[in-house]
Amino acid sequence: MTNNQKNGGPIIICRDIHKWYGHFHALRGINMEVNKGEVIVIFGPSGSGKSTFIRTLNRLETHQRGQIIVDGIELTHDVRHIEAIRSETGMVFQQFNLFPHLTVMQNITLAPIYVRKWPKKKAEEIAQQLLERVGIPEQANKYPGQLSGGQQQRVAIARALAMQPKIMLFDEPTSALDPEMIKEVLDVMTELAQSGMTMLVVTHEMGFARAVAKRMYFFDQGQIVESGTPDDIFYHPTEERTKLFLSQILSH
Amino acid sequence: MNISRTQTTNVLPPPIERFTLLGWLKKNLFGSWVDTLVTLFSIGFVYFVTATFLRWAFQTAQWEVIAVNLRLFIIGQYPLAEAWRIWLGVHLIAALIGLTWALYVREISNILGIGLLVVPLLLALIDFSLFNRLNLIGLSLVGLAGWFIGRKRTAAIRRISVWSWVLIFPIFILLVRGLFPQGEVLPVVTSNLWGGLLLTFLLTVVGIVFSFPLGVLLALGRRSELPILRTISIIYIEVVRGVPLITILFMAQFMLPLFLPGGLTLDRVLRAMVGITLFSAAYLAENVRGGLQAIPHGQYEAAHALGLSGYQTMVLIVLPQALRAIIPILVGQFISLFKDTSLVAIVGLFDLLGISDAILAQPNFIGRQAEVYAFISLIYFIFSYNMSFVSQRLEKSLGVGER
Repeated sequence: MTNNQKNGGPIIICRDIHKWYGHFHALRGINMEVNKGEVIVIFGPSGSGKSTFIRTLNRLETHQRGQIIVDGIELTHDVRHIEAIRSETGMVFQQFNLFPHLTVMQNITLAPIYVRKWPKKKAEEIAQQLLERVGIPEQANKYPGQLSGGQQQRVAIARALAMQPKIMLFDEPTSALDPEMIKEVLDVMTELAQSGMTMLVVTHEMGFARAVAKRMYFFDQGQIVESGTPDDIFYHPTEERTKLFLSQILSH
Repeated sequence: MNISRTQTTNVLPPPIERFTLLGWLKKNLFGSWVDTLVTLFSIGFVYFVTATFLRWAFQTAQWEVIAVNLRLFIIGQYPLAEAWRIWLGVHLIAALIGLTWALYVREISNILGIGLLVVPLLLALIDFSLFNRLNLIGLSLVGLAGWFIGRKRTAAIRRISVWSWVLIFPIFILLVRGLFPQGEVLPVVTSNLWGGLLLTFLLTVVGIVFSFPLGVLLALGRRSELPILRTISIIYIEVVRGVPLITILFMAQFMLPLFLPGGLTLDRVLRAMVGITLFSAAYLAENVRGGLQAIPHGQYEAAHALGLSGYQTMVLIVLPQALRAIIPILVGQFISLFKDTSLVAIVGLFDLLGISDAILAQPNFIGRQAEVYAFISLIYFIFSYNMSFVSQRLEKSLGVGER
């Protein structure tokens, strides 16, 4: 697998992923390959397994069958593999999950200092650059509770980027935001996509998907129902369920 | 133009309520006939209690028992020739309090700040020995000196203050206990001579300092995924919580030696310290567990997603938030620990309560219970209230950035 990846092959390979919660079959055989620099949008009704799937990629959820290979490393119970993959994979959550007892600066520099073992000064310089990149350099010394939702989510993106990950996972990053704040977060994500970052995004922001996605996957009942380029999905969907779902979320 | 004018006129100042004494009385004390009744009854009751107490305190009570035995109340049978060691320890603490006060409370014009400075001076007016009077005045001066140093508020001073608080504990114990069994300098004062407020204070501090980490470990153990660790923690916590402190103190006196390797003996004070620590840790564990449960799962996920290890997640993310959330509960527990140390009187130690009973057993002071217990109640109250005040300060200064 390592050779494959070095040759510019897929950076994420998923083969026949299954996951159960008790008797509930949450993921029913997911196959997916993502190449370096690709932006993937995953969408579907709630309970369709899209969040569960993206969370198996850094093992916040464990898969019970199948094979996941991220950046040439297979995800198993081996803790060192898990920590290695997690430090190469940034994640942004729906509820931001910033650390409320730390300042914005400390939120961003924490992992680089304690996981990457960077000196504090270097970590802070990079954090300040990232804050400028996400458009809030003046908020470095505030606490998360003093920021708006949109600002918090941009800090969360900066925090994930501070580890200089090869892959960014977004789990419904704009779902908990007020409408006027969604744009500021999507702008940051768009800029990130254009910079060549490999991104997997669970979202219902179809404008964003149309603008930056290389491929889209429609999830329903733990399966991939349909996948294709945004053009395929929006203008020539083949499955009835895809058409129905799109008509529902695009109608208003 | 018109539009902007209407918009500005729409912003109205809040209505002003003029304060008048009569209005305030009417609103708060005599609003209705029920209010009036409650007010009058309360005034009468408070008057009755206060007047009775004051009449007793200033007319009937014979405070000689306190004045004569003050040294016993404060340090027990601690040899007089070595009392300077305790004074030295207290001076160090005073300096640290002054320093920390300047760092975190800022203004000195606080009622408690003034109290801390003035009370030793007032006490120095009482007819003590010259040595003690000078020491009391010194206490104020040293505290003030600490405050002046701390006022610079540099990062270095902050660091020094934290480390000093960590170090003051072993230093104080070392001063009290001494170093050399038969030496000229700092001869050992065995713990059966420790007593009074000194012993109460030492039991409390040792109890807090050791039960805190033990309690945190037990709380983590109870939430651990390792079944053996979890079972041991649960059994320990539930067994200890199911037993009264007094029985644990008795068991510490009589059963602890069974668990120690032969030849190793602990003195009675140390056994009591062990008992108090083990008891307090179980309750602390449950409080910490409550704090841990209040941390949303997303915090763990975010930490893990960044690649932090389980240990780092606990120490850097979860525990700081969990402990901050339970500061009021923790301080409440430390206050009750402070008061519960009085139970060691029953196993025969001469803490504040134990020494009081000993004093009351002297033929000269038979029947002076009311005076003695009122006096030690006042001491307990002063220290408990101070702990409570510090906790409120701590909550406020740590509350920044709360969700």
